[in-house]
Amino acid sequence: MPREGTAVEVKQLRKSFGAQRVLSGINLKVAYGETLTVLGRSGTGKSVLLKLIVGLQTPDSGSVTIDGQDIAGLSPRDLNEVRKAIGFLFQHAALYDSLSVEDNVGFPLQRHTSMSASERKERVAQLLRQVGMEEHGRKMPAQISGGMQKRVALARALALEPRILLFDEPTTGLDPITASGIDELILQVQKRQGNASIVVTHDLHSARTISDRLILVLEGQAVAEGSYDELKQSQDEFVSRFMAQAA
Amino acid sequence: MHSVLSNLNSRMTVFDTPKRVAYSFFEWFGELGVFCARLLRSAVAPPYEGRELLRQMDEVGTKSLPLVAAAGAATGAVIALQTHASLARFGATSLIPAVIFHSLLEESGPIITGLMVAGRVGAAIGAELGSMKVTEQIDAMEASAVDPFKYLVATRVVACVLMMPLLTLSADLCGVLTGWLMTSLTDPVSLTLFVDSGLRHADFNDFLPPTFKTLVFGLIIGVIACFQGMRTRGGATGVGKAATGSVVLSSLFLVVADVLLVKIILALFP
Ligand SMILES: Nc1ncnc2c1ncn2[C@@H]1O[C@H](COP(=O)(O)OP(=O)(O)O)[C@@H](O)[C@H]1O
Ligand SMILES: [Mg+2]
Repeated sequence: MPREGTAVEVKQLRKSFGAQRVLSGINLKVAYGETLTVLGRSGTGKSVLLKLIVGLQTPDSGSVTIDGQDIAGLSPRDLNEVRKAIGFLFQHAALYDSLSVEDNVGFPLQRHTSMSASERKERVAQLLRQVGMEEHGRKMPAQISGGMQKRVALARALALEPRILLFDEPTTGLDPITASGIDELILQVQKRQGNASIVVTHDLHSARTISDRLILVLEGQAVAEGSYDELKQSQDEFVSRFMAQAA
Repeated sequence: MHSVLSNLNSRMTVFDTPKRVAYSFFEWFGELGVFCARLLRSAVAPPYEGRELLRQMDEVGTKSLPLVAAAGAATGAVIALQTHASLARFGATSLIPAVIFHSLLEESGPIITGLMVAGRVGAAIGAELGSMKVTEQIDAMEASAVDPFKYLVATRVVACVLMMPLLTLSADLCGVLTGWLMTSLTDPVSLTLFVDSGLRHADFNDFLPPTFKTLVFGLIIGVIACFQGMRTRGGATGVGKAATGSVVLSSLFLVVADVLLVKIILALFP
């Protein structure tokens, strides 16, 4: 099942909200089997970038290509087919607050697979176990902490075994132990499924663990690109200041 | 009027110029048009969300029933007391049942039910969708390839449309019962006789169109509440504004529509 070649390609993407320019011609490319980490200060448009990739927002100009198809030209039906292949973890979890933890994770399965109720239950339990939330399946999202919500949202994003993963700050707000558990999980899934992943993070430790390649976004553009060690040794002032926070 | 207008656009303030007020007024209607077009497209295409629709019908219908029944009962009692007071003066108390039936079934029942549902359901839908919007749950749904217009909006609108006539009939029924009770306090009369004399000079054309016009009320409440909810922005404050806006605007459009519908019904069923 692992695919080959480029999964996601973003070309010259621009996006403004009113007078505020957020992305000004960003480019990136991720292949199957590869994890790209996007670094950058808050408010630089990293979350907007991920939303543009799944078509939740439309760019002012530029293109997003997934599996070779420009998503701007897709019918709603075809766009939904593309979205089923993508697992999206929102920065603030975005769990459905009228559904229990179990039902949140089961939602994509119920909508998009022909699994029976018992198969689904089994799969949901397995997903919750992966993120260490198996004991909290019956709770409502409002009854668990922000970090736990994040882990449930991660389980939900992985439910359909998507081949493309978009994670918006997967380890932010988690304690260091849980965070490294999540990194471990992301690596495992990556190894098993050969995903193309884009991970937005501020956690340089996590970035070092999971990424094959990193880009650093500044003022709506990618200003540096390379492996962790390459960025670490960069002579550029902004890049080295950014990377200096990690030991 | 200005507070109504500022509900149309949550980003407006008292200090805005008239030009901007007019601009947001048209902007609101434009957005509503786009919203309705998208709703229609999503609602008609299969597959349909049967289970979610049933859940919403329960939410809108069953859970509004006590409120609507109480409002209908109170209205029936008031009409009975009022008509008794005025008709007794002309010695025409035998007309009381007919007056109660006509005023309740033709106008009071539908409009009271409409306003009650606009308050309860309008606020609930506006706040629920609004909070889903600002916490990105709507985005999350769209990202997981489920159309929120189909799953969330269409089901709520259809539930409002279908439940309104049923709720209206319940309000009418409760109103007739309390009307009879109130009348019996002064002139004891059996319920059968009361209903009989109430309906003697009426036919279905008197009561069916006013009950069916509540389908339109349901449409107004569902569409406005969902629209206000889905365009919410700005965190918890925005959610509050969405809820208020959806109640204020759906009640307002409901009474305006009522005037038009009464006029149309009188023209079609003289
Ligand atoms: N829907 C929106 N409407 C208006 N402004 C937005 C919207 N989404 C994001 N922004 C703005 O875009 C900028 C980038 O946001 P975001 O992508 O969330 O940053 P981050 O890199 O921290 O994830 C912020 O200044 C934010 O205010
Ligand atoms: Mg962000």
